[in-house]
Amino acid sequence: MDVRIPILKLNDTLIVSVQWELDDQTAIQFQEDLLEKIHDTNARGVVIDLTPIDFIDSFIAKVLGDVIHMSRLMGAKVVLTGIQPGVAITLVELGIRLKNVLTALDLENGLDKLHKELEE
Amino acid sequence: MEYRSSVDIYTEWDIVAARQLGRNKAKEVGFGTVDQARITTAISELARNIYLYAGKGKIEITRIFKGDVKGISIVASDEGPGIMDVRKVMDDGYTTSGGLGAGMPGVKRLMDDFDITTTQGEGTTITIIKWVR
Repeated sequence: MDVRIPILKLNDTLIVSVQWELDDQTAIQFQEDLLEKIHDTNARGVVIDLTPIDFIDSFIAKVLGDVIHMSRLMGAKVVLTGIQPGVAITLVELGIRLKNVLTALDLENGLDKLHKELEE
Repeated sequence: MEYRSSVDIYTEWDIVAARQLGRNKAKEVGFGTVDQARITTAISELARNIYLYAGKGKIEITRIFKGDVKGISIVASDEGPGIMDVRKVMDDGYTTSGGLGAGMPGVKRLMDDFDITTTQGEGTTITIIKWVR
């Protein structure tokens, strides 16, 4: 199976909407695809929207945390948006801390936050 | 009264199958969305541990009852190497795989009951239970 998460470009920002449950391969492929896309487009910021996602396990959390750190190394800031209550609760109960990660309630707020961060 | 389903864990895809089955069963039993997330996540962690450490094993999901209270029981079993020091794996922050697969204490916090039986060279069985509140 070769399912890839689409990455859209809007000016200097990349927008990703994760629409279905992530399996390990899709998550790892996304990591590579996003970094390639940042490199190809010179994007300065990325918003990853997780609204449809109803759970995040430790593996997906690690992949997300890693890709945020990798993007930062390349000079792009990442904002996660749309984390559902159940996802937030289970991540904290599991003991997973996504440290120094920018988050916002939804895509709109996420784009605002990203633009404020990029102006600084 | 009992209703049981199971998924054999051999590949990464079986981890996805196990948690989808768990999510569906949790919905059927009547858990809310937050508990569904807890149960799905716990199953994902246990299935991944089987895949990473034992190579193969099984996740069994059963609807259970205690009087009028409904619940779900998940048994993760394998015939892997077993766990050498159970106390150590129940310590927060302990990992042998560089952070792949959450610690057992995390899974325990997500659920109401947690039981582990392990014998070196014979395998490990972990039983977790959640009740509908």
